[in-house]
Amino acid sequence: MEALISFEKTQEEIKSGRIDCVGIVKHYLNNIQTKASLNAFVEVYEEEALTRAALIDQKIKAGSAGKLAGMVIGIKDVLCYEGHEVNAASKILSGFESQFTATAVQRLIDEDAIIIGRLNCDEFAMGSSNENSYHGKVLNDADHERVPGGSSGGSAVAVQADLCLVSLGTDTGGSVRQPAAFCGVVGLKPTYSRISRYGLIAYASSFDTIGIFSKNIADNALVLEVMAGADEYDSTVSQKPVPSYSTLLALKKKTKVAYIKETMDSPALQPEIKVAMQEKINALRSAGHEVEEVTFPYLDYVLPTYYILTTAEASANLSRFDGVKYGYRSAQTANLESMYKKSRGEGFSEEVKRRIMVGTFVLSASYYDAYFTKAQKVRRLIKEKTEDLLSTYDFLILPTTPTTAFKFGEHSGDPVAMYLEDLYTVQASVSGIPAISIPIGHDKKGLPIGMQIMANAFKEADIYAFAAAVSNLK
Amino acid sequence: MKIDKNTIQKIAHLSRLEFDAQGEQKMIDSMTQILDWVEKLDELDTEGIEPLTTMSSEVNVLRADEVKPPLPHDKGLKNAPQKDSDYFRVPKVLE
Repeated sequence: MEALISFEKTQEEIKSGRIDCVGIVKHYLNNIQTKASLNAFVEVYEEEALTRAALIDQKIKAGSAGKLAGMVIGIKDVLCYEGHEVNAASKILSGFESQFTATAVQRLIDEDAIIIGRLNCDEFAMGSSNENSYHGKVLNDADHERVPGGSSGGSAVAVQADLCLVSLGTDTGGSVRQPAAFCGVVGLKPTYSRISRYGLIAYASSFDTIGIFSKNIADNALVLEVMAGADEYDSTVSQKPVPSYSTLLALKKKTKVAYIKETMDSPALQPEIKVAMQEKINALRSAGHEVEEVTFPYLDYVLPTYYILTTAEASANLSRFDGVKYGYRSAQTANLESMYKKSRGEGFSEEVKRRIMVGTFVLSASYYDAYFTKAQKVRRLIKEKTEDLLSTYDFLILPTTPTTAFKFGEHSGDPVAMYLEDLYTVQASVSGIPAISIPIGHDKKGLPIGMQIMANAFKEADIYAFAAAVSNLK
Repeated sequence: MKIDKNTIQKIAHLSRLEFDAQGEQKMIDSMTQILDWVEKLDELDTEGIEPLTTMSSEVNVLRADEVKPPLPHDKGLKNAPQKDSDYFRVPKVLE
């Protein structure tokens, strides 16, 4: 439906009386059914969404509706929503029902957004292709032979295929930006600690962020503004005031931008992506922005740093899944120890077990300093160098991914080849800074290409304004 | 770093995981590959660099110490694989 290409349009249509929330929900439910083979949704809250839509229609009539009234949102299967199942796409959480609601989700509901269902992803958000899910793989709607990216593959496809207007994902090393690029939608990873992580099933706690998929910048900004900010249930979340991002979308000045030489020169970079990037760089210069080349000598070190630290944190976070208080318990248990081992052995997939094993290894007494402490030191070097570049330049731009969407099975035999998919996205994750991926064209096969924009911590307003300007460049 | 069978079994026990012979060999191969890859960090001189141990800039954010209703009993037990009216049930620990 043409009317539902943006929230602004949706609101206009509601105001004019041409459509109501029930009609909007029915439109998406119909699309979800027609495109069920994409496997983006794990569960659709059909009845509930319709009931809520009717209620919100009444609130709109009464003039008491919240600022997201009429926005239909899907949430990744790692976010808790009271009374609803959440599985982190893992057998070990099969049948688990949340006892409380994630702060981010609650804030959307409080502003009258309609949650339409939960979305497929890689197990415990570990993966770059959404092939590693207990719920099965998700298909990229641009080409059904290809992956949507991961880990938030279902969330990206839901927006791409018009199954909801906006979706929530999570981004630990690129899990929002990479699938956004593969599916041709906008995907934001905010600054670490900008949004409360309460109710988010943890993967790597010093990296995890909740991110937003949308069809355009304005919708993304509005949703961030609703979710971000202090929360008494997360002591790490930033206490900084939240700007009204959605009212700050105009770029006020000519900017100083840098692109990273190593990302453009990488032999792994698909030539069409390089061309698309160069076209944007030229267009930025023509529009009066200053664009320079810089070097970032740590590009080859960001992924190893990321993998040591995230596997370590994952091995600690995932120790809670022991078959005692919730989730899957093996039937083959002779004693307490075998209950732990068999429940975890049968409940986690191979990739999750691999990361727990690597994480336990790098944290073990004999190797702690050589691997874990070393990676923490390199993290500081990467963060400081990135901040140093951002003290001279307003933004760093780089490709979101080295290639466009790849085929199913292309990287499944080789874990390191799969990890390299995140080559360009982990720098922002390691540094804790915000980054957005926006669509900037297609390759010869018609597959979407994404460009990434990074800025200093808490500069989301600047990122949005610049991203909007880049999107409008001719 | 070449991972051997002994190390895999030790790490698997610490992780409370179990592998069959085939799974064990696969884990030996992929962990060796991953550790060789991350050892690239050894090329960097990090002498005198402080490890970065936290990413949040907030320090000791505490909420007021007020009594609020905790998770109710039945909700807490709701997802248990095995339970009785008051407790989570696990296999016998003491003989």
